[in-house]
Amino acid sequence: MSLVLTEEQELIKQTAAEFVQEKSPVTELRALRDAEDPVGFSRGLWKEMSELGWPGIPIAEEHGGSGLGMAELGVLLEECGRTLAPYPFLSTVVLGAGAIERAGTEAQKQTLLPGVCKGETLLALALEETGRFAPGHVETRATAEGSGYRISGEKRFVLDGQVADQLVVVARTSGEAKDRDGLTLFLVGPGAKGCDVRRTSMVDSRGAARVVLSDVQVSNDAVLGEVGRGADVIEPLLDRAAAALAAELVGIASEVFERTVQYLKTREQFGVRIGTFQALKHRAAHMFCELELAQAVTLDALRALDEGRADASRIASAAKARASDTASLVTCEGLQMHGGIGMTDEEEIGLFLKRAKAAELAFGDSAYHRDRFATLTGF
Amino acid sequence: MQDVALEDFRQEIASWLEANCPASLRHGADVEPTEEDRQAWLEAYAGRGFTTPTWPSEYGGGGLDKHQARVLQEETARVASYAPVVSFFGTSMLGPVLLEFGNEEQKQEHLPKITSGEINWCQGYSEPGAGSDLASLQTRAVLEGNHYVINGSKIWTTGANRADWMFCLVRTDTDAPKHDGISFVLFDLHQPGVTISPIQLISGASEFCQVFFEDVKAEKANLVGPLNGGWTIAKRLLQHERAMLSGGTGLGAGRRKKAKGAAPAPKGMLAEAARPYLGGGEGRLDDAAMRDRIAQWELDSLCFGLTLRRSGEQAKAGQGPGAASSMFKLYASEMNKRRAEILMSARGSAALGWSGEGFTPSELMETRGWLRSKGNSIEGGTSEVQLNVIAKRVLGLPD
Ligand SMILES: Cc1cc2nc3c(=O)[nH]c(=O)nc-3n(C[C@H](O)[C@H](O)[C@H](O)COP(=O)(O)OP(=O)(O)OC[C@H]3O[C@@H](n4cnc5c(N)ncnc54)[C@H](O)[C@@H]3O)c2cc1C
Repeated sequence: MSLVLTEEQELIKQTAAEFVQEKSPVTELRALRDAEDPVGFSRGLWKEMSELGWPGIPIAEEHGGSGLGMAELGVLLEECGRTLAPYPFLSTVVLGAGAIERAGTEAQKQTLLPGVCKGETLLALALEETGRFAPGHVETRATAEGSGYRISGEKRFVLDGQVADQLVVVARTSGEAKDRDGLTLFLVGPGAKGCDVRRTSMVDSRGAARVVLSDVQVSNDAVLGEVGRGADVIEPLLDRAAAALAAELVGIASEVFERTVQYLKTREQFGVRIGTFQALKHRAAHMFCELELAQAVTLDALRALDEGRADASRIASAAKARASDTASLVTCEGLQMHGGIGMTDEEEIGLFLKRAKAAELAFGDSAYHRDRFATLTGF
Repeated sequence: MQDVALEDFRQEIASWLEANCPASLRHGADVEPTEEDRQAWLEAYAGRGFTTPTWPSEYGGGGLDKHQARVLQEETARVASYAPVVSFFGTSMLGPVLLEFGNEEQKQEHLPKITSGEINWCQGYSEPGAGSDLASLQTRAVLEGNHYVINGSKIWTTGANRADWMFCLVRTDTDAPKHDGISFVLFDLHQPGVTISPIQLISGASEFCQVFFEDVKAEKANLVGPLNGGWTIAKRLLQHERAMLSGGTGLGAGRRKKAKGAAPAPKGMLAEAARPYLGGGEGRLDDAAMRDRIAQWELDSLCFGLTLRRSGEQAKAGQGPGAASSMFKLYASEMNKRRAEILMSARGSAALGWSGEGFTPSELMETRGWLRSKGNSIEGGTSEVQLNVIAKRVLGLPD
């Protein structure tokens, strides 16, 4: 598939750009943060987004979506990255709905997916238990009991877990902490007895939760996919999450880069515009190059996933690694080139820096994905 | 319809190759090729204009469109052990600007001889006092009767000692602002007044030379473009040069075939070039620090290949070549240097051989290659100059 946007993708891009700039500019995130909003985003706006069909972009038509792909969702996420719009695309659409589409029974799909498309149902994936990303490390246990399971364990960094209507919990039904085999996915209601969901306050002001499961009872209907084969479902989801985050990171980096270049053209010191200083010019030109590379590989990763290409995982890792490094470079350099004002809470650069760091560390940073890329390449 | 025509063309090329490629130069040949075989192969290939496949046939080119040129390349690669080439100074640098700026007579005169390889060209741009600031060049040309008479000196002229002719930037107006007094002329190096002194590179080779001119003559008819209008042509030629230098680094084009789990890494990769020195046999490289450096390079190479591809696709979609094209030369040369550095680390002390016993010829060649790669970010405009260009032309930063 070509790396040039299709007409449809161009249209999504334009609509999304106008929408988020008008309705969810960076000031919205700031206001939500300052109000300590328990949801983390505006439910009303999420509903409006669903009327535009956005949560349903990658979801099949028979389940209420529009049957498009990651390439289209990526275009949208890039625009969200530009304004730091804190909407639950990753948690609900890519991870939650993705798990159900991949592993769910027809009944489970019919129960949950149309609600996701309508902006009524929010989902979250409760996977991680460690600080540094290690998706295979699952100690949470699910023990078969009667006609169901009893689950105990602790999950951290559950994106949008604080508002999810359903949690997709990854638990171990057999094996040891780091085994690939033996993982099973369960649908757990946050109100279930023994399930304690607490919002954690994160540096990027986005919603995330700590979920403690103490002997939570679920029925056999709550099992999502095959018992013990959860890794087969999770791994492709994590590729999608990596590509989605890469798209958001490209959006963040593009926005900060453009703002910084603009600042170089206006801020004056020593009687001249600071953009005349070659020490800054060359660093700006360097960032331009890195950004071009990040854009190209991210576009290819999204397409590779849609096409089901054999190298899709490899390219998704390349994209996450590259976009993480680029966004880190651009946000750090952007802050530096703004001088003292860049350090203030009032200037928006800091908000971009924080979100870029969160997106960088989420689901594997560049070192993690570079290692995976090397393995998948064969060395 | 077009596909049918292209398939016919493929057939035609296949039978042409069958008739013209010497047996010793085909894949799997069991006889050693002789010098005559190589000469015959070049003459046959150049005779059809295939050394410059997309140039018009009226000037000796192949007259092919780009799809046909690709078919030619594919078919040649399928049958022959190599495709004959002639010097890129003619094919990739002078030729394209003559096609754009040359008059009919100049095209008729010079293009066929580029294609055939009869005339070898060199590039007389840099001078001792004019490198990055090329437009400050001082070599003078004064019109006397039917000739420009040239005095001065050029330096770093690659291949001048093997060249027949030079395309040269000369100052034809000393009063005008520096960009407006430059002309683009062509002349024969085999004439009195031309002195060529090869200069040894750190790699030991003597690729480039200093060239001195004492009343050297260029025919008036060999002024390309208007008098004092050479700078526009000079810049266009640099664009062609940089495009060529971006493509020549053996970087992956992001189209690598699948590789999952322990599948062997594709050939031609840095990882595979380094593997024999790093131990550990197949699969994962043992040396974690080297593996990470290699992974970073491979990843950048993949991304750069995709950037090239995207830029090409944007151009095809009528969106222009995109701003990215200004970074290709910079990125390609920096990556090439980094690759050579990584290989040096991987080889350890075996990388330090200079000549003679104790090292294989290819080991010695790699060491020389590492040294040569240092010039990649200097020739054709330094990396700093490329960054200046991006800052100014793409980002619009103030002077
Ligand atoms: C292997 C090789 C082959 C070559 N072949 C040819 C050839 O065939 N024909 C030909 O004409 N020339 C050739 N060149 C010359 C080449 O084009 C010049 O070396 C190059 O343009 C740099 O000029 P310089 O060597 O005078 O360096 P300088 O211009 O003196 O540069 C010295 C340093 O200053 C930096 N610098 C200069 N100006 C600026 C600026 N404005 N901003 C920031 N930094 C700056 C440069 O980047 C460099 O790091 C070749 C060079 C090499 C290395």
